[in-house]
Amino acid sequence: MGNVTHGLKRYNGAVSVAIDSRRHAGRRGPSWWFAAPAMALFAFVVLVPSARGLHYAFTDWDGLDPHFSTVGLANFAQVGHDPAAVQAIRHTLLIAVAVTAIQNGIGLLLALGVNSAIRSRNVLRVFLFAPAVVTPIVTAYLWRNLLGPDGAVNSLLGAVGLRSWQQDWLGDPGLALWSVVAVIVWQFAGYSMVIFLAGLQSVPAEVQEAATMDGAGPVRRFWSVTRPLLAPAFTINLMLSIIGGIKLFDQVYALTGGGPGHATDTLSTLIYKDAFTLGEFGYSVALAVVLTAIVAVVSTGQYALLARNERAAS
Amino acid sequence: MVATALVVGFPVYVLVNLALRAPSDTTSPIRPTTAPTLDNFVQAWRLGRLGGALLNSVMVTAASVAIVLAVSALAAYPLARVTARWSRVTFVLIMLGLVLPFQLAALPLYQTMRDLGLLGTVWALILFYAGLQVPFTTFLYTGFLRGLPTDFEDAARIDGCTPAGAFRYVVLPMLKPVTVTALVLNAVAVWNDFFTPLLYLSGSTQQTLPVAVAGFAGQYVTDWNLVFAALVISVVPILIVYFALQRSIINGFAGGLRG
Repeated sequence: MGNVTHGLKRYNGAVSVAIDSRRHAGRRGPSWWFAAPAMALFAFVVLVPSARGLHYAFTDWDGLDPHFSTVGLANFAQVGHDPAAVQAIRHTLLIAVAVTAIQNGIGLLLALGVNSAIRSRNVLRVFLFAPAVVTPIVTAYLWRNLLGPDGAVNSLLGAVGLRSWQQDWLGDPGLALWSVVAVIVWQFAGYSMVIFLAGLQSVPAEVQEAATMDGAGPVRRFWSVTRPLLAPAFTINLMLSIIGGIKLFDQVYALTGGGPGHATDTLSTLIYKDAFTLGEFGYSVALAVVLTAIVAVVSTGQYALLARNERAAS
Repeated sequence: MVATALVVGFPVYVLVNLALRAPSDTTSPIRPTTAPTLDNFVQAWRLGRLGGALLNSVMVTAASVAIVLAVSALAAYPLARVTARWSRVTFVLIMLGLVLPFQLAALPLYQTMRDLGLLGTVWALILFYAGLQVPFTTFLYTGFLRGLPTDFEDAARIDGCTPAGAFRYVVLPMLKPVTVTALVLNAVAVWNDFFTPLLYLSGSTQQTLPVAVAGFAGQYVTDWNLVFAALVISVVPILIVYFALQRSIINGFAGGLRG
């Protein structure tokens, strides 16, 4: 009897030692201070200034004067009544949608073409992606000259007998926005292509062969076999190009400066002008809040939609 | 494919062609230059102060990317492994940074940088990028780490390793592939950024390459041969790195975003 009690005690002791050491191990997992430096930097650069920006949007702050007063929703009301702002919002959305559609359309066609070019696939990939790593402001200044009245594009059109097609590509208010879109597509179609190519490489060759044997033509094969497997690539590409399009600044700044008039102003260029040339910080930050709201709505909406499609496709 | 190659190649041809041409030569920009000269490059380098700008760009990119990789890898360890509430809240907070456009933070931060006396110095930029790139980099690291088994860390812990030791000797070596991706994407983003240095360095003599080139192009707007030479100079370093490391760079762009 005494032996049994003793044995039980020893067993309990061993279990509690084991539980203790497990608890101990749990407590010795990575602690919060591992995240502290990242969090501190993030809070200093993004979180706190964004919160302050949100506050300034309700004031008449000019960026310098420490004395400013709260004006409620006046800045936002002004956004609605400012034709330049309304136009900039329209341009921003138009550029985002146009760039997304055209860039991804061309990117997908390039990916399909490059993927089937067995021998030159890698060379083409490297060559077509190259513009995407070049500084956008640099390509924009290059195109500003090429698209000028005496630029290379018009010279080329003249040389091939299409003199009647020559245009003032950046100076014509009806055309300038589309020229900006074209320059962005020229630079980043290769980026979309590379992401589609990565998706295409996940399509097993056997599946394609099986579909061919079952009598599916190339279009049918693409639509029923390749396209569903490209769903993740579509998600990434559409997210990247639409958000990039909404935040667009560099290309407009260098190509047209927002002009002629306000014909190519986007929210980002207007924010910059209002804050740094007109000194209207409060109003400019209100525009940045509008931009934030657009990005948030578009990206969550698009994410939900694409996630559903991805689930449906898989 | 041939047509596409021409569309990509044509602007590059005109760029180099005009950069090599004396300003007095006013023949059509698409005709090959008959008497090529390197004068424009010498002039652009000197007048645009491109040497100093190049050095600043290298410094800003190297320092900010090194900082952001270090703090994000460190942060990803608890964020991927600890399920306590503070960890989840911190992760959601940092991910919020993926949607916030930096135009919102850039203006109030401009004031803070001014008060700290950092405006017009490369330190403002290094600090800015180190914080700005935290959400994206932490997202990459955390996603990657969540996909790795905990077996090795558990074994290290049972053998008496501290969390810091487990991070240094077990987790960090496993993060190498995603570090290459994060390095490429951050370096390209920081190197090419124009808006931030335009704001934080305007009016100072310290410039990064994109701002120096833009300033030069604005100043010599009628002298396109000179501007084109400056554009070529600013593109050459990126293209050298790109062609040397093309495989990692393209894979970084293609794969990293899949998380």
